[in-house]
Amino acid sequence: MSTAVAEGKTWGGGNQPLKASYGKMMMWFFIVSDALTFSGFLAAYGFSRFKFIDAWPIADEVFTHFPFLHGVDAPMYYVAFMTFVLIMSSVTMVLAVDAGHHMNKAKVTIYMFLTIIGGLIFVGSQAWEWNTFIKGDYGAVQTKGGNILQFVDTEGHRVALKDFVVAEEKYRTEHNRKDGLWFVQEGTLPTYTVGEVVKGLEAHDNVLVRTQIINENGEKTVLSRAESLRQIKENGTLVVEGANLHVNEYGSPLFADFFFFITGFHGFHVFSGVIINIIIFFNVVLGTYERRGSYEMVEKVGLYWHFVDLVWVFVFTFFYLV
Amino acid sequence: MSAHADNHAHDDDHGHHHKETFVTKYIFSQDHKMIAKQYLITGTIMGVIGVLMSMMFRMQIAWPEEPNVLFEALLGKWAPDGVMDADIYLALVTIHGTIMVFFVLTAGLSGTFSNLLIPLQIGARDMASGFLNMVSYWLFFVSSVIMVISLFVEAGPAAAGWTIYPPLSALPMAQGGSGMGMTLWLVSMAIFIASSLLGSLNYVVTVINLRTKGMSMTRLPLTIWAFFVTAIIGIISFPVLLSAALLLIMDRSFGTSFFLSDIFIQGEVLHYQGGSPVLFEHLFWFLGHPEVYIVILPAMGLVSEIMASNSRKPIFGYRAMIASILAIAFLSTIVWGHHMFISGMNPFLGSVFTFTTLLIAIPSAVKAFNWITTLWKGNLQMNPAMLFSIGFVSTFITGGLTGIILGDSALDINVHDTYFVVAHFHLVMGISALYGMFAGIYHWYPKMFGRMLNKNLGYIHFWVTAVCAYGVFFPMHFIGMAGLPRRYYTNSNFPLFDDTANANVIITIFALVGGVVQIVYLYNFFASIFYGKKTVQNPWKSTTLEWTAPIKHIHGNWEGEIPHVYRWAYDYSKPGHDVDFVPQNVPLKDGEEELQH
Repeated sequence: MSTAVAEGKTWGGGNQPLKASYGKMMMWFFIVSDALTFSGFLAAYGFSRFKFIDAWPIADEVFTHFPFLHGVDAPMYYVAFMTFVLIMSSVTMVLAVDAGHHMNKAKVTIYMFLTIIGGLIFVGSQAWEWNTFIKGDYGAVQTKGGNILQFVDTEGHRVALKDFVVAEEKYRTEHNRKDGLWFVQEGTLPTYTVGEVVKGLEAHDNVLVRTQIINENGEKTVLSRAESLRQIKENGTLVVEGANLHVNEYGSPLFADFFFFITGFHGFHVFSGVIINIIIFFNVVLGTYERRGSYEMVEKVGLYWHFVDLVWVFVFTFFYLV
Repeated sequence: MSAHADNHAHDDDHGHHHKETFVTKYIFSQDHKMIAKQYLITGTIMGVIGVLMSMMFRMQIAWPEEPNVLFEALLGKWAPDGVMDADIYLALVTIHGTIMVFFVLTAGLSGTFSNLLIPLQIGARDMASGFLNMVSYWLFFVSSVIMVISLFVEAGPAAAGWTIYPPLSALPMAQGGSGMGMTLWLVSMAIFIASSLLGSLNYVVTVINLRTKGMSMTRLPLTIWAFFVTAIIGIISFPVLLSAALLLIMDRSFGTSFFLSDIFIQGEVLHYQGGSPVLFEHLFWFLGHPEVYIVILPAMGLVSEIMASNSRKPIFGYRAMIASILAIAFLSTIVWGHHMFISGMNPFLGSVFTFTTLLIAIPSAVKAFNWITTLWKGNLQMNPAMLFSIGFVSTFITGGLTGIILGDSALDINVHDTYFVVAHFHLVMGISALYGMFAGIYHWYPKMFGRMLNKNLGYIHFWVTAVCAYGVFFPMHFIGMAGLPRRYYTNSNFPLFDDTANANVIITIFALVGGVVQIVYLYNFFASIFYGKKTVQNPWKSTTLEWTAPIKHIHGNWEGEIPHVYRWAYDYSKPGHDVDFVPQNVPLKDGEEELQH
């Protein structure tokens, strides 16, 4: 049966009440639905963050890296760049849609191409961001209660474990499922043991412990020298380097869980968007829409692309800014 | 996604011309009428499985730990010497709930009647995208198959209840059914959500864009209004279940802690920390509550239509009906907390949810009164469809009244998770929606298969079902108030529940009779496809457009032009006409005015 023909007949005397073809409207409703999936995630994030409101990692201290520049403290610079690129790709998408309205194939081609490049830069940046986050930089010690203890010098600057801890030779065997030692695989052993950290801490008078708790100045609490030693000795159970789905040297593991999951889910959307854009790009190049007499498909993928950008604005706000 | 939609819509242009093969006509059909039948048959099969399960666990509750030949035959290793295992009892309860709520009353009901009636009643040649419609059905089919497969995995099917609260659902080692059974459950539901999304997108845009000339929104039959709003609720609420399910999968398989914290299993500390199972409950019930309206609204629409037609009267309060559908849809998204009054939620929040929940009583009561006033002084045609519609109103009111008790946090705490709740939701959404579905099947069977269902078998089906449904669920209120908790495998260990044992036997006997009598319906349904009386063009003398379409299904629904619409859908017994119904496609006579509705 023919929708196009039926539309012609049915709406001969009628109208499209929302001035949109069924395909475009389906895309709108799909976006509503997808937006609610993201809302579910972001609401869950808010719920969990609120639970740890006084101990949540401070984003400015986590995302401080910039590619090719080592040792700089550049909080948020790179993610701001990523966001800019993504928003610019939305601009080029608008230009592509507009060129489509004017049936200007050459311009649609160029702007679609730029949009794809913008999307690829974003996905690539996100991969780099993940990689940096997973590797971590300073290292920390996890306590029995699952809290994170970090190290600072007397001026409050972060100190990496490698700067004051000396690794000794290890004799412990890793527990492996294939060795029949334990029923679950053990994670990779950290470079240092808690005992080595204690020794290092004792040897360096200027190193203090910083807890997760945020004080009234909006900063993490730094313990006194005596208290630092006591905390590590009594409560330290595990050295944590970097972040993954189980532990997180920056603070609550939930921070890492949500970071990986939500930016991952969003990245998956961007990635599928890029794939769809590439398909549409080739259709444009081959002149499919020129022959069809309408660039509506570009408009539909444009809707999706803008939606993905908009979601990023929210993710960016909740993870990085507030 | 829309790329496909577009291409295929164009491919379909040629649908009229080339000959259909068996595969394109009966299997990968893009015709909404065939897809409706596919949904109905799949839903029926799932329904039979769900009802059989309920009969089994009812027998277990009535005669706990007694050997039963049936258990031994059907459950095999799960019933050593015919005594049902506790694990399989929980699994049966879980899968019964899942199948009945999602596969029968969501996909089976909405899928069947939205597909059948939307294009026919609004005057469209098909759904906006026949291709997506087909994909939607086949995703539903795949998810049904996976759900059935999950019954046969070695450690047993999912057994955490249909609400799959963590940690039972989040830790694969928590119990037998938490392993592969739970994984398959989640996979099946993820596919189901995709299917529901594609279906809903199609329903919504079809109603908006493809109405025939003259079919304004206020001339739509209430069925279409109900399906339209149901689809919108589906678009809004299912994605939140998807987010909950994805987070749960992360917890299960990748070691995140979204819903888990501080857990010991067999003396072993697990690494999970920081998460909260209450978060899952929030996300789940944000879907879960609208879901009950996804189930009940289509039934309400079908019942409104059938009642007006069989009372030979216009529906009472057409605009109030639409307004109450919209109000219910809106309110349904802000009441989920009433499922969680004892979860440890802030008591103040409990009172907020009590307030919003009780507000739903207003539009619900508007609807109930409108149905009763539609019947008032009508020329009632007591055919099976009408009986089931009246039955619907009865069970909806009975179940709705206990809803007021359960919606109040102070009262709910006393009966939470008892059989009182079971009785409430089975009456108000289970049995009611099922009645609506039966009413719809009896009414539109001629439209689907070109033949009539046997009336007398229909009467037997209705009366026995009606008596049994109340026989099952009415006593449950009392054993619930006596404190009997739901989902317990056996109550014989608790002397304080000894008094409920006899009531449980009676309930089970009603359940068995009510279950067995469905065979009459199944026989009627399948035999009538081939041997039923041939139908006439408009067997119920209805006004809506579907009865102007040819009895033999054709691609595109109408030969020649689509009928135009000149009046609303409820011109029954209009003064100044010779017959007691005026179809929507009949132009106004000279000097006749459209009824102010």
